[in-house]
Amino acid sequence: MAVLNEEQEMLRDMARDWAANESPVAAFRKIRASGTPEAYDPDAYAAMAEMGWTGVIVPEEHGGSDFGWLSVGLVVEELGKTLTASPLLASTIAASAIILGGSDEQKAAWLPKIASGETVATLAVDEGPRHDPAKIAATVSGGKLSGTKSFVHEAHSASLFVVAAGDGLYLVEAGDGVSLSTRKLTDQRSHAEVTFDGAAADKLDNGGDTLLDDVLDRARILTACEMLGMAQQVFDTTLDYLKQRVQFNQVLATFQALQHRMADLFGDLAMMRSAVEGGLVALDSGFGVARAATLAKAEANRVLHAISREGVQLHGGIGMTDEYDIGFYLKRARVLEASWGSTAFLKDRFATIGGY
Amino acid sequence: MATLPDIDKPAAEEAFREDVKQFLAEHFPAELKGKGNALASVEGPTDETPAQKQWREAMGERGWGTPTWPKEYGGGGLTRKQAAILNEEMARAGAFNPIGGMGVMMFGPTLLEYGSEEQKREHIPPICRGEIRWCQGYSEPNAGSDLANLQTMAVDKGDHYLVNGQKTWTSGGQWADKCFCLVRTDRSDKHKGISFLLIDMDSPGIEVRPIQMISGMSPFCETFFTDVKVPKENLVGEEGEGWTIGKRLLQHERTNLSGGGALARMMGASLADLAKKHVETDEDGAIADKVLRDRIADFEIRWGSFLLTARRAAEESKAQGGVSEISSVLKKLGTKLGQERAELLIEIMGMQGLGWEGDGFSESELAAVRGWLFGKATTIYGGSTEIQNNIIAKRVLGMLDHQ
Ligand SMILES: Cc1cc2nc3c(=O)[nH]c(=O)nc-3n(C[C@H](O)[C@H](O)[C@H](O)COP(=O)(O)OP(=O)(O)OC[C@H]3O[C@@H](n4cnc5c(N)ncnc54)[C@H](O)[C@@H]3O)c2cc1C
Repeated sequence: MAVLNEEQEMLRDMARDWAANESPVAAFRKIRASGTPEAYDPDAYAAMAEMGWTGVIVPEEHGGSDFGWLSVGLVVEELGKTLTASPLLASTIAASAIILGGSDEQKAAWLPKIASGETVATLAVDEGPRHDPAKIAATVSGGKLSGTKSFVHEAHSASLFVVAAGDGLYLVEAGDGVSLSTRKLTDQRSHAEVTFDGAAADKLDNGGDTLLDDVLDRARILTACEMLGMAQQVFDTTLDYLKQRVQFNQVLATFQALQHRMADLFGDLAMMRSAVEGGLVALDSGFGVARAATLAKAEANRVLHAISREGVQLHGGIGMTDEYDIGFYLKRARVLEASWGSTAFLKDRFATIGGY
Repeated sequence: MATLPDIDKPAAEEAFREDVKQFLAEHFPAELKGKGNALASVEGPTDETPAQKQWREAMGERGWGTPTWPKEYGGGGLTRKQAAILNEEMARAGAFNPIGGMGVMMFGPTLLEYGSEEQKREHIPPICRGEIRWCQGYSEPNAGSDLANLQTMAVDKGDHYLVNGQKTWTSGGQWADKCFCLVRTDRSDKHKGISFLLIDMDSPGIEVRPIQMISGMSPFCETFFTDVKVPKENLVGEEGEGWTIGKRLLQHERTNLSGGGALARMMGASLADLAKKHVETDEDGAIADKVLRDRIADFEIRWGSFLLTARRAAEESKAQGGVSEISSVLKKLGTKLGQERAELLIEIMGMQGLGWEGDGFSESELAAVRGWLFGKATTIYGGSTEIQNNIIAKRVLGMLDHQ
């Protein structure tokens, strides 16, 4: 855990308590059972907005608290622990695009609504099953955007899309010229293919040539925060289980083969946390963001992949049941691993940034 | 947690930085610039050039080879911040700390904690001046990971102990002046029968036989003790307290192996830069072999997150005023990555990376090979990786039988 200031500690503790009490995994089960395509609880999201979590990175003049990335990262991590389903991550990433690339009018129009939780916004970049920002076919002519975006997170509740076209990022409101086709993924959250057919689009003109990459780096780091919470939870749950389950007249925790696997995962988890926190610190300082973001997401992918797999294995048969929570983490893990850069993509990017 | 900003601090720090710069300009011999720190390592004999001697003495005079140790025993008496400034400026000047070895890494800090006033006055100053080389007499043929099984006996003879037995894997034993040793003073209790004794290596009855390693070097020895007389005042702590003191020393050893020296040495050139000298690159300057490029990136990412972890452990320990939980993983992570790096490095060089000696190989190629082989030791000594895993599982994760 990074060394936090008092404000950050309070925020983290508040998020931890809220997630445990108001949004345990049982809440996610309820949402799943209800089958709504939005796949989150609007009342819960309103409560999160009430606590200011939707505006943590938004400047104060636009209704946020401007507490910074480390702060929002702490919240996202805590929510990841209980698989809290909400558009907080998507909206925060979209807000960062507007903060970086928006005009004063665009900021004034959207940031207060995102910060208050009234508007859910989301980033729509990829057009195929793999993250590949170099391959974007969506085009804009005469202020109308056309193209198809695949697997857009939180698309069902979004009233604002931040859309990547060949020549930059655009704001597109849900409505005319925007249609969704649901894609139900293993994590049972909101994903859809979104088709833009001559939808009115408002360009984010500031932020320069690297705007898309800069926004994606924020998406990578924040996603890695959710993954960190998940990894920590799976690790803790598995450790608890090994300390309780008795076979051969002894608790499983006393078997050295299992001890060493947990010690390895503990080391991996330490590295993942350092990498993710390194990403947040880079964002807050504005220094070395591209490298830090790539490293953070690559480590998040590697470690959550390993921990989620071992988590199921070390639970034995019970880990295979829908009734037990661990499987949810495995399924969400793979979706997040594939979001904003698979491990192969990230290693390629890391080498490119490093000049090799 | 957050401390109030101290307005005067930056000014004082800058003044210190100026002092360091001036000292380096006056005392650091230009011919040593960028050279390694051969003397401080435990891997070679003490053959100083005049320049090396001059540099060691200059640093020793100020106590800056042991910057944070108390001034009264010859240390630098610097704050952590000042020590960091000293490091920065030395790095900038291409200088290095000429004072090191086991005395600095592990024995000194332990003696400062457990030694008597007389012992500290006798032994710490020569360590700070880099005059005395210490070796570690822990392991025996039947006491490796199970160190407490050690059998070297020290029998109380009134004013002295009579020591008989055998130590092994004694690094630098053939060059050392003194040995800090774990000996048995009581056969009836495995742990409480162990004592911590300081032994002069030129005492009659000590025989040292170098052992050749797979790397071709002979940096460690078998050490035999036959009726060796050791004065009573060389006992550190109480009789029977050796296990406690000895374990504390191992903590210092691990911290050094994972956080500082051994790893800092590898941090020189990046693996990718080295690779670009040895393998083909494409028109963009990227490594043409995509599989190799991927493996280097895979390594560099984990190496990057390890460095962040080492820094985080230090920051957390400082903030908590104790040792951070994650410190326990640094040794196993750092040594594994170090070995991976060495394997990748020789692979990148192809057959040039497998040279043993003689014509056709550069000094750096030969060094890479020997380094790769010697590096295998890092996951064995200082508590092997498996022992680290046992410690992490039991002490940190609480994976015990009595739940
Ligand atoms: C280069 C080098 C320098 C050294 N320098 C010194 C020195 O200066 N002074 C000194 O006193 N010693 C020194 N040592 C010795 C070192 O501390 C020992 O080698 C180490 O403690 C391991 O003991 P061992 O070699 O007897 O291996 P063993 O203990 O026999 O271990 C063999 C293998 O079994 C594993 N193992 C052992 N116990 C367990 C367990 N409980 N659970 C799971 N796995 C286990 C080990 O990890 C290892 O892989 C040095 C060693 C090397 C290689």
